[in-house]
Amino acid sequence: MVETGHFALVLAFALSLVQILIPLVGARTGNQRLMAVGGPVTVTGFALTALSFAALASAYAGSDFSVASVWENSHSLQPMIYKITGTWGNHEGSMLLWVLILTFFGALVAVFGNNLPATLKANVLAVQGMIGAAFFLFILATSNPFIRLNPAPIEGRDLNPVLQDLGLAIHPPMLYLGYVGFSICFSFSVAALIEGRIDASWARWVRPWTLVAWMFLTGGIAMGSYWAYYELGWGGFWFWDPVENASFMPWLAGTALLHSAIVMEKRSALKIWTLLLAILTFSLSLLGTFLVRSGVLTSVHAFATDPARGVFILCILTLFIGGSLTLFALRASTLTAGGLFHPISREGALVLNNLFLTTATATVLVGTLYPLALEALTGGKISVGAPFFDLTFGPLMLPLLAIVPFGPLLAWKRGDVIAASQRLMAAFAVAIAAMLVTGLFIDGASVFAALGVGLAVWLVAGALTDLAVKSGVGSVVPSVMLRRFIGLPRSVFGTALAHLGLGLTLLGIVGTLCFGTEKILTMKPGETVELSGHSVHFEGLFPQKGPNFTEDRGRFVLISNGIADGEITSAKRFYPVRQTVTTESGIRTLGLSQLYLSLGDENKDGSVVVRLWWKPLVTLIWGGGLVMMAGAAMSLLDRRLRIGAPAKRRKPAAALASPT
Amino acid sequence: MTRKQKRLSVIVAGLAFLGAAAGLTFYALGQKASYFYMPADLAAASVPPGQRIRLGGLVEKGTIVRGQGATVAFSVTDTQKSVKVTYTGILPDLFREEQGVITEGAFGPDGVFVADSVLAKHDERYMPKEVADGLKAKGVWQESTN
Repeated sequence: MVETGHFALVLAFALSLVQILIPLVGARTGNQRLMAVGGPVTVTGFALTALSFAALASAYAGSDFSVASVWENSHSLQPMIYKITGTWGNHEGSMLLWVLILTFFGALVAVFGNNLPATLKANVLAVQGMIGAAFFLFILATSNPFIRLNPAPIEGRDLNPVLQDLGLAIHPPMLYLGYVGFSICFSFSVAALIEGRIDASWARWVRPWTLVAWMFLTGGIAMGSYWAYYELGWGGFWFWDPVENASFMPWLAGTALLHSAIVMEKRSALKIWTLLLAILTFSLSLLGTFLVRSGVLTSVHAFATDPARGVFILCILTLFIGGSLTLFALRASTLTAGGLFHPISREGALVLNNLFLTTATATVLVGTLYPLALEALTGGKISVGAPFFDLTFGPLMLPLLAIVPFGPLLAWKRGDVIAASQRLMAAFAVAIAAMLVTGLFIDGASVFAALGVGLAVWLVAGALTDLAVKSGVGSVVPSVMLRRFIGLPRSVFGTALAHLGLGLTLLGIVGTLCFGTEKILTMKPGETVELSGHSVHFEGLFPQKGPNFTEDRGRFVLISNGIADGEITSAKRFYPVRQTVTTESGIRTLGLSQLYLSLGDENKDGSVVVRLWWKPLVTLIWGGGLVMMAGAAMSLLDRRLRIGAPAKRRKPAAALASPT
Repeated sequence: MTRKQKRLSVIVAGLAFLGAAAGLTFYALGQKASYFYMPADLAAASVPPGQRIRLGGLVEKGTIVRGQGATVAFSVTDTQKSVKVTYTGILPDLFREEQGVITEGAFGPDGVFVADSVLAKHDERYMPKEVADGLKAKGVWQESTN
């Protein structure tokens, strides 16, 4: 089975070369039969990669320690779920997952792209093939997951205990669906550059792909943030760690792309800019892959440091980013520019959004790469952390957030700021009220906290105002209002949900950072501690045994109004195979807030170091992310995008027959 | 406005944005980035009390003293010099004697380094890269400690 997987991977690499050459030649010479080869080859390539991945997963599930990668990252005593997720809990397997998702997206284009012009489709598949070929070669040459060991060891070395968590089942696949999803936008852009023209189907295709990729990337980042929050036991949700930034940069650029793609689709303006942005977004995804996988950074994500891998990915990076940007420089002038618009208009607002987002991306890029560049050039070692980003990223984000509610209320082509402001009066009043209530009635609220709450409420109220205005609140009778509300395009709901989610996330961040409290103390069994009105009673440490670990579980009881209100437990786990200790934090969700508890070392007198946090509204940080995902999903359901889908190919004809 | 003027105004606005962001970035890199030192580097560097730095090295054997409450004192060494560090909080799970560690904080007036965060390596295979590189540069790196 393992050899079958290895062989399938080699075949998939060979096929990816066919996928590049034949359609490209076909598109160049206008040969329909050569172009038609692209589809079946792409689908077969995906099937082979899936077979290869299944072979590796079954080696992991069956604990076949004759495979080096399984031996290094698995153990026979691990629960089955971690044996399977361990398939991508290591460098080799995670790269295989990367190409699996890449070929999956390519196959989707091949299967559903029948309504695309034949040359565009052929070129898109060829570019996907190039990315695929580069990464297949990378895996086969430097990171082969199918290397055998002889003699086979009897027992494996266990998966890194930090990764033995449900988060590993969700975070990497989601993040990769996002990262790699942008490859489709990239391939479409490069294909358009190869052809030298941007046609209508290009615009129709890029937006839904951006939405899909953005949705998964949002979910992947939110999940990663929550995972780090509960697993590391530090109670933080974002560390401005280079690895986090690596996923955040494509997200920021992807958000800009999402917005400029709307302008391109609706108004056929900003075409060239959107194309460039699509290239940059995937370039940042590739950069992220490089930063995380090459070993230039030490983190839980860098599984092994092997200079050959770093150099190889750097070559891929240079080839694709350099190549696509060179092509852009050569061809961009031949592309036709789009329509005109007044600076005060929906388009203008979206351009402003793009300016803020791309500049913010640039500051994150500098903060992430500067320490690496400095070390490479001078050997000096610096660390750039939260204080840097608070000072650079923060001032760029705040004005952007403040103007978000205006965007959807401005008309296309020529907007009216005064009218939009009048419509937003109610939302503004609510935001000011929230600010005053926070500042005056909550103890210890700083001016910054009040402003933050006001801004978050402004975003939420602004999103609701958008829906209210568009369904005609205040100008029509309720029954008409309801009908209008139900009849609103799904993409309007999508926009409102995404902006609302942003407001919720901000509210969570402000709540946690400005109103959170913490205590570090030593506790003996029987003692009680109070934090922000919550009493926690320490019962003691109790040793327990798990499948592949032993632990000391500290039991705490939450006391509300003098009555015991459930148990919170936090543990120190010891994994004997790797001689590793991990902390399992104890979290109790109360409404939208959480009480977070983390166990430290045991002292000689039997007392234990305990760190307690009260985190008000913290769940909104990730809840907002889920709402943003729901917004993207809602937009994808929009009729406009569905009609573009080939499964209902007869519908556009029907729609044309009865113009609306 | 003509198309050209419009494009120009967008470009100017964009450049103004980039300029402001670049200014902020340079200011922040000068003010807010913290440098990494190992104990022996400190003699040459003269770091004033209160300036945030990152101090890395090995936790010196036999120096870990648990004090009042959750405060811990220990020494960080690069085998040539060592620096006393105090930290209040929960130490990372892989914090042990003679293991690589990075602490972040500032020197107090008494010359003791007050750390507000302590990072150890994140699993048994790797030590912080800065510490490993530093020890290699000082010629005291042993492969077995990795």
